[in-house]
Amino acid sequence: MSITYLEAIRAAQAKALEDDPRVFIYGQDVGAFGGAFKATKNLAREFPGRVLDAPISEDAMVGSAVGAAIEGMRPIIEMQFADFSVVGFNQIVNNAAALYWRTNVPCPITIRLPGGGTSGSGPYHSQSLEAIYAHYPGLVVMTPATVEDAYSMLLEAVAIDDPVIFCEHKLLYYHLKAEKLPTEAMPTGKARIARAGRDMTIVTYSAMVHEALKVAEELVTDGIEVEVVDLRSIKPLDTDTVMASVARTGRLLCVGEAWPWGGVTAEVIARVASEGFGLLDAPPQRLNAKDTPVPYHPNLWAAHRPTARSIAVAARNLVRL
Amino acid sequence: MVQTVVDRSTVGEASLFRDTYLRAYQGMLLARVLDDKFASLYRGGKIHGGVFLGRGQEALSVAIGMGLRKGDIFAPLIRDAAGRLAFGETVLDAVRTYLGSPLGPMRARDGNVHRGNPKGGLLPMISHLGAMISVVNGALLARRFKGIQGTVGAASIGDGATSTGAFHEGLNQAAVEKLPLVLVVADNQYAYSTPTSQQFACRDLADKAVGYGVQVHSLEGNDLQACLKTAGEAVEKARAGGGPQMVVARLLRLCGHGEHDDSNYIDPKFKQEPFGRDCLKVAEEYMLHHKWAGQGALDAWRSEAVQKVEDAVATVQREPAPDPYRETWHSLSSNHLVEGQSES
Repeated sequence: MSITYLEAIRAAQAKALEDDPRVFIYGQDVGAFGGAFKATKNLAREFPGRVLDAPISEDAMVGSAVGAAIEGMRPIIEMQFADFSVVGFNQIVNNAAALYWRTNVPCPITIRLPGGGTSGSGPYHSQSLEAIYAHYPGLVVMTPATVEDAYSMLLEAVAIDDPVIFCEHKLLYYHLKAEKLPTEAMPTGKARIARAGRDMTIVTYSAMVHEALKVAEELVTDGIEVEVVDLRSIKPLDTDTVMASVARTGRLLCVGEAWPWGGVTAEVIARVASEGFGLLDAPPQRLNAKDTPVPYHPNLWAAHRPTARSIAVAARNLVRL
Repeated sequence: MVQTVVDRSTVGEASLFRDTYLRAYQGMLLARVLDDKFASLYRGGKIHGGVFLGRGQEALSVAIGMGLRKGDIFAPLIRDAAGRLAFGETVLDAVRTYLGSPLGPMRARDGNVHRGNPKGGLLPMISHLGAMISVVNGALLARRFKGIQGTVGAASIGDGATSTGAFHEGLNQAAVEKLPLVLVVADNQYAYSTPTSQQFACRDLADKAVGYGVQVHSLEGNDLQACLKTAGEAVEKARAGGGPQMVVARLLRLCGHGEHDDSNYIDPKFKQEPFGRDCLKVAEEYMLHHKWAGQGALDAWRSEAVQKVEDAVATVQREPAPDPYRETWHSLSSNHLVEGQSES
């Protein structure tokens, strides 16, 4: 018996609906059809009237979630792809994110963003948008890398009294598996040491955690011990765990699948450089996708985003610096 | 523009309508006096940021506010002082928000027309036009989930907002879900400086409602009698399960977009049109004509309104300014998720 990352997301939503009558799900094709990725499979049948198909109106989906949250509900909004969330961007960043600050009334909504690249998906079904949401005050941004985190963090997202951008990675949906669902979890805001090592720290999140772990395994043969830090949530960002790791290794490589400009890797490096400059034995490095839209053809796509191969090159270079 | 009361078969009904009309007029007057005070405070440099008035739109606004009842939802826009007051907002809350008092509902974090009381059903607008329509929809959906019946939600917009994607998404969403939404469009001829000819090409804004399968009510927005009747009908239709209703009121904005704007672009011919007349004046003539009130009563009501507003301003001007050192600077309600606050 094993459970996939996608099944964990479905199971978490089923549990949230079961446990809390305030929870409902709203999104395109989420009802009887069960969602484009089947993340809400059978939920409309199991929870009649609480899983609603929405018109293709991301702005109105999020706006109505804000109104429902004000009235005490806990909506889960499914964006069919993270890429389409920008149609609802205004409601997310200007209405949902600002509500508590402006009015003292919390806005407990969860917005699920199936993101990240998959081969052949091209510019509009592949984006990693965590950084633009993290930029705005008032949002929590989760980026689970494991089946266990996909489950427990989604449940936590629904329970949190603030708007949560839940970035789930499509590449992990089917192939990432765990034996069972977790019964306990680390709280959001705490990063995880996914692998311990003494020579360098790779800080990353979401699907790139698995690429980094492959690199750590590969570099053992070079006699290099890589520590991999899985941020789990990029906002809040667990600077303490990152800093403690860098204090042990003296070398930092940040990896993100998102675009480079002003993103998560830039933020991590800025924090380490300004607060922990003396801990560094070499200039901190980062690796991101290229600064172009996400390409369609697999050859281009594989070269656009960081992979175990390109991360390994960057890691070996860092050790020599 | 003087009209007579018709369709009032009994003396009781006529008297009831008269009382409603007089109450509505006093609400319009209070809003006008409040707005005038904000304008004068602005000119005296006492207000941070902009001032946005509802001059010319009070009849429509007050009619919506009065058509709703406690427990309903209302998302007013920038020219809705009258509707806000009628829905239950206090003069003090309005003044505190404009003057940036930390004791106001927005605690000086937001100002002027961006005020409300979400838990009381008065939703605080954001500046992005049309955005509050779907928020009202969501509140109505929540009521449905909770099994609460008989709620109506109203949202105010202007002609400019009907060009936004949020308007289309919100109105369509309400229609699909058959929500008791009343969408009130003040077609005041200009969105800031842009005339309606550059805003839409349909024959009438009412056509937009038809496109979504939404019932529409058109009226002259400076006629208080028509506003009360139409707003009342729209609200009751929505409450009775008739689905979303759109009200399109033709009127003229009798001021600039904000008090920084001299509005020299407004075509003078509009001011000669019947719909360009000041709704307050129209209502006064109507009451005088029907001998519902004499000049003495009108003067007394105005003095009363002025006193109310002056008292509120005097109170707020004695209140402390916000202190940045006492501000939490937390944008999340979950303290443990604010960076630097979590236990380690």
